[in-house]
Amino acid sequence: MSESLNVPTMADFMAQGKQPEILFWVGSAGSFDDRAKKITRAFVKLLNKANVDFAVLGTEESCTGDVAKRAGNEFLFQMQAVTNIEVLNAYEVKKIVTCDPHSFNCLKNEYPSLGGNYEVIHHTQFIKQLIDSGQLKTANNLYKGKRITYHDPCYLGRANNEYDAPRDVLKETQANIFEMKRHKGTALCCGAGGAQMFKEPEKGDMDINVLRTEDALETKPDIIATGCPYCNTMMTDGVKAKEKEADIEVLDIAELIANAQGL
Amino acid sequence: MAYLPNIIFAIILIAGIGYFVKNVKTLARNIRLGKDVDVSDNKSQRWKNMAMIALGQSKLVRRPISGFLHVVVYIGFIIINLEVLEIIIDGLFGTHRVGLSVLPISVYGGLIGSFEVLACLVFISVVIFWIRRNVIKLKRFWSSEMTSWPKNDGNFILYFEMVLMTLFLIMNATDVHFQSLDAGNTVSQYIASWFSDFSENTLHIIERASWWIHIIGILVFLNYLYFSKHLHILLAFPNTFYGKVKPKGTLDNLEAVTKEVKMMMDPNADLFAAPAEGVEDEEPAKFGASDVQDLNWVQLLNAYTCTECGRCTSACPANLTGKKLSPRKIMMDTRDRLEEVGKNIDANNGEFVDDGKQLLGDYITNEELWACTTCNACVEECPVSIDPLSIILEMRRYLVMEQSAAPTELNNMMTNIENNGAPWPYNQMDRLNWKDE
Ligand code: SF4
Ligand code: SF4
Repeated sequence: MSESLNVPTMADFMAQGKQPEILFWVGSAGSFDDRAKKITRAFVKLLNKANVDFAVLGTEESCTGDVAKRAGNEFLFQMQAVTNIEVLNAYEVKKIVTCDPHSFNCLKNEYPSLGGNYEVIHHTQFIKQLIDSGQLKTANNLYKGKRITYHDPCYLGRANNEYDAPRDVLKETQANIFEMKRHKGTALCCGAGGAQMFKEPEKGDMDINVLRTEDALETKPDIIATGCPYCNTMMTDGVKAKEKEADIEVLDIAELIANAQGL
Repeated sequence: MAYLPNIIFAIILIAGIGYFVKNVKTLARNIRLGKDVDVSDNKSQRWKNMAMIALGQSKLVRRPISGFLHVVVYIGFIIINLEVLEIIIDGLFGTHRVGLSVLPISVYGGLIGSFEVLACLVFISVVIFWIRRNVIKLKRFWSSEMTSWPKNDGNFILYFEMVLMTLFLIMNATDVHFQSLDAGNTVSQYIASWFSDFSENTLHIIERASWWIHIIGILVFLNYLYFSKHLHILLAFPNTFYGKVKPKGTLDNLEAVTKEVKMMMDPNADLFAAPAEGVEDEEPAKFGASDVQDLNWVQLLNAYTCTECGRCTSACPANLTGKKLSPRKIMMDTRDRLEEVGKNIDANNGEFVDDGKQLLGDYITNEELWACTTCNACVEECPVSIDPLSIILEMRRYLVMEQSAAPTELNNMMTNIENNGAPWPYNQMDRLNWKDE
């Protein structure tokens, strides 16, 4: 067991009659998936280091319903959304940060018309703000000279036009960044979106994550960076399928920055 | 009898335009078969999109070669058609090159000269387009949904343009009077030399023939549009205007569902109460789409606007890895089915008679629908702001909410969300365990 993190809940804040500056929406993957939990912990370490006044919903959080919506189950999505909005509004939440681009997109774009209006930011955007404001000081040079390629998550990039924040944050590591041929608007999906994460792919000649991993391998990376727990799983599996797991790491931007901070 | 040509011209013109108007009416009627959708928001952004994407072709130039050639053909096409104005006036009133009697020779010559240069550039571009389609065989023009008609359609229009441009130049080259002015015959003077052995009479006949075939060709072209992917030269404008203005990741929230969910969540609502007076006959809302009438009219407009260029499919992760899904096929199927429904309505005095067919199953299969990752690559790529993903989602909604026909794994995932608030079978009470692991 590693050191315990400081993770206050909204209920804790409420009990003290206080309101945190920002709510960290952990998401289902971030809460339960073994690989994604590491990303969650890395991000919390950064929040702790930068003295961010934050809280989580903890056991009061529930799936955003994003994946049900994309599978076509609008009913289940709206049930989830309305339930979550009740909780969020009861706590008078104004600002939310999340490590999952799918939650980010859903909370930001699909909750408002159901009565949930919040300022929602992605963790790569938040880390950039922390660096720009000096709350996170310049990193050590753990990654100096390493070759990193960044895979754009569809729901951060094309879906919400955020291509720069993750790249700006990556520059902080002093690594050399190499772009894949398909990047930003033309980036290829990792294959997890639209509920594909939860089912076997349809018949075809290859898996999407393997094709995307091939894109990444062309840049001869030491590290494949991304900003989505699902992309992370898909790219990790892709690297394994190509038998490159000994040479190439797949890391979230939060993990890269936390490591570079020696956290 | 001196007016015979004028009368024939007027008849051809009226017939050509009349048939075109009839087709436009059918087109509008078919598009209106779709459900209503609110597009009154973001007016200024919409005008901007139309100016940039349709007029400015901003998305086409992302692929520099085809983008550049397309811009040449497009600009050439529009500008050269100014010449049609003169042709129509001449045809109706029996004048010859009426432009010369209202404009100074230098201005007239400048105009026609630039048309000639453009005609040449258009001709060359069209030849390159033809080579890309038929000799280099660019992959996106040869996928499975590009059956014989879509493939021929693409070529027909190229031949059309080649012939029209050639006729325009020949018409100028054989016009003895025009050549003698020596203004504006920038290109045609060279072609004229090929005809130097011909008698003036023969030249006149060739000139007249080119003139007539040229204008008839343009009218035929106008009427060919409705049956062709080339409808996009008109529909690209409304389509980019009505295209999505929200962030691409946003999927609309179904209002019919919102009503039901609010009812269920409202502790005061009496679920078994008799419906209020007057609403008893209200049909229960159908969730999602199984046929074209369940889609909204913007989605149907999308289908008619599709240029079948295949940019969407060439970026689709499912298609690139050999899955059946092709966003272009989704659009082509929607248009084909909509045409079929329209013809059904025409044949049955304005009423649709059930033909035992629908978009789902007869055109688009479940296998295609379930292969989509909702990645928006198709939406991003489309040069005319079409959203194939929205149709895929609408049909998934029908499969799941009306037919409970999701793949088993997805049903398990959804049951998990219902029972414990996560797509996996973990207890909601364990949501914060990561903190201490
Ligand atoms: S959204 Fe679906 S159809 Fe469109 S490119 Fe992505 S996987 Fe293909
Ligand atoms: S949907 Fe758009 S990108 Fe796809 S074929 Fe039609 S016009 Fe081309």
